[in-house]
Amino acid sequence: MLPGPSNDDRTSRREFVRNGLRVAGLTGAGVAVGALSHRGAAADTVWQIDPRKCLSCSRCATECVLEQSAVKCVNWFPICGYCDLCTGYFEPQPIGLDTGAENQLCPTSAILRKFIEDPYFEYKIDEDLCIGCAKCIEGCKLFGNGSFHLQVRHDRCLNCNECAIARSCPGDAFYRAPVEKPYYQFTT
Amino acid sequence: MRWVNEHRARWRGVRWLAWVALVCLGSGIGFLALGEAAELRFPPPDFESGYSMPATQYPSARSQGMEWFDIAVLLATLGTATALVYAKRSRTGLAWLSGFSLLYFGFYREGCVCAIGSVQNVALTVFGTGYALPVGVGVFFAAPLLVALFAGRTFCAAVCPHGALQDLLLVRPVKVPRWLESGLGVLPFIYLGAGVTFAATGAAFLICRFDPFVPIFRLSGSLGMLLTGGAFLVLSLFVGRPYCRFLCPYGALLKVASALSRWRVRVTPDVCTQCRLCPSSCPFGIIREPDPGLMRPKEVSMARRGILVALAALPFLVLAGAGVGWVFGGAAARLHPTVALVEDYGDSLARGVPATPTLPERLALDRAERQSKDLLPRAEELRGKFRMGGLWFGVWCGLVVAMKWISLGMVRRRDEYQPDRTACFACARCFSSCPQERIRLGWSPAPDAVTTHPAIAAVHPVPSAKSGGCGCGPGATGGNP
Ligand code: SF4
Ligand code: SF4
Ligand code: SF4
Ligand code: SF4
Ligand code: SF4
Repeated sequence: MLPGPSNDDRTSRREFVRNGLRVAGLTGAGVAVGALSHRGAAADTVWQIDPRKCLSCSRCATECVLEQSAVKCVNWFPICGYCDLCTGYFEPQPIGLDTGAENQLCPTSAILRKFIEDPYFEYKIDEDLCIGCAKCIEGCKLFGNGSFHLQVRHDRCLNCNECAIARSCPGDAFYRAPVEKPYYQFTT
Repeated sequence: MRWVNEHRARWRGVRWLAWVALVCLGSGIGFLALGEAAELRFPPPDFESGYSMPATQYPSARSQGMEWFDIAVLLATLGTATALVYAKRSRTGLAWLSGFSLLYFGFYREGCVCAIGSVQNVALTVFGTGYALPVGVGVFFAAPLLVALFAGRTFCAAVCPHGALQDLLLVRPVKVPRWLESGLGVLPFIYLGAGVTFAATGAAFLICRFDPFVPIFRLSGSLGMLLTGGAFLVLSLFVGRPYCRFLCPYGALLKVASALSRWRVRVTPDVCTQCRLCPSSCPFGIIREPDPGLMRPKEVSMARRGILVALAALPFLVLAGAGVGWVFGGAAARLHPTVALVEDYGDSLARGVPATPTLPERLALDRAERQSKDLLPRAEELRGKFRMGGLWFGVWCGLVVAMKWISLGMVRRRDEYQPDRTACFACARCFSSCPQERIRLGWSPAPDAVTTHPAIAAVHPVPSAKSGGCGCGPGATGGNP
């Protein structure tokens, strides 16, 4: 309890400085908002993989922050050859061209092979089983049409600020896709 | 056509011949219509069985509308928290709101989008190229700071899921010595500088990567981070909000903003009778005792001298920081994947690393070889950026240390027990410890003029809320000792 005019003066002076700085802060914030909004319009992006750059290194299966990677194999049917001997489905020297597990490349049997008509087979991915290891993608890319490709599945991806896979992708295949075009689109 | 098809299926070796044949024959109109198909090894078939091709599924991301919903929830909780602190003055209300924020922003939104990380997005937008700030992230960055400019850290009180998690876990707070608290208090500012530097150089989102609580919200993450998160949770049981006080970079910004706040959290809106009951009620130990300030001329001149010495040291600290930062910035450039790749590539050229093409590292080196024309200048540019970043980070550290030093010499006059407005999380725990507040709430009988005198109040302590009071007030069940 120390009365005295000097103390009140000091308090009001401090309050004055504080008010001034607050106004300065608000002005600064306003200027910053103006400048930033000038820089770019709608800016929301999501992570995606450019299949042309992917090196099928299998890190997509292990690096994602999620227990089950958000990256899955996707088949782009319009360029799929529907091959009987699918090099994405079968081991290099399969014992037989059937769905026996020993013939399959996929470690989790996530690819569903279905007979369509002689000699065509349809290959669909069971995303709950696929771990995104890219084994099938490598096979399809090396000897097939490359219709299998890895994609970040946005129903699973958390859209991390810094995608943990992108950080360690040897092919630099990850990019920020505009949210209106969240998947890589083949030109056909 | 049939012939071609059969052979294609049976004999892989002539597949490409079949393809040539097909091209030569020019058969299959659909085939020609497919622009890229000319590059395909096997033309997509013409089905004769009426098979219709399934559409490839592309599950959509979380809708834009939901982003606006997040913003609305943020603004609503922020407003509610501010009202609960200033108008209702209710700890119970804040605890419930904390629970909600923890569930929504924490476990439902899995700690993303969050104000703490948004600092980096802002830094990347300002200093980086080709990254624009999403609206939601911008609001998460700005709104709590703007509120803090007027009402202090009500965001920390019950909106931030990180704070809520630690706050709700706090069972038995231990007192952290003032000197330790003060010393560790510079860490958030340093961490803020580091986070901004790394984001601005585009190297990493440090604050996200080393966030101890997000792996807990997601219930998944690397083992190291899960263990760190667990350690923080255990620590939170005994040390009030360890992350908030000693690490949180956004808290550093909030500290600055709340230093300028228009209003501040007060233990009682009435007169402080200096009963000394409140300081121990704050689990973060930030209620400051009344202080006459510097009265004697000798003290004043001592303090002046201290501040002058600190001011004189400031340029040296800043310069030293800049120098150290410049040197270490060059080394830190390796944290950028591109720089690391180029350096590894140089190493492997020098040592002639054998080709083991299946390893991701080897694949990366192959890419470096293919793209070396682009990568080398890019890495050089990044190294330059890192040195500059390091320099500014050093300057920042020098400034932080100098400011801390100066602040040690500043003594403020205080007439009452009051929370340090920069450190107060506005948790409202201290309110109910104040006899004046209890009287105001009707938990304690209204005093006659005499009992308000501190000396008398100390001898005749006011009865506790449980035994007395009408029990009908809004916070009647909320006595949180
Ligand atoms: S980390 Fe990159 S290169 Fe490896 S599988 Fe994933 S996208 Fe392909
Ligand atoms: S091989 Fe790997 S990427 Fe391909 S479907 Fe199986 S799990 Fe998925
Ligand atoms: S952004 Fe996150 S959740 Fe999505 S793929 Fe990358 S690491 Fe996984
Ligand atoms: S200090 Fe940081 S972590 Fe703690 S509540 Fe405030 S913003 Fe959240
Ligand atoms: S409101 Fe502030 S001073 Fe009071 S107990 Fe909470 S943090 Fe401490």
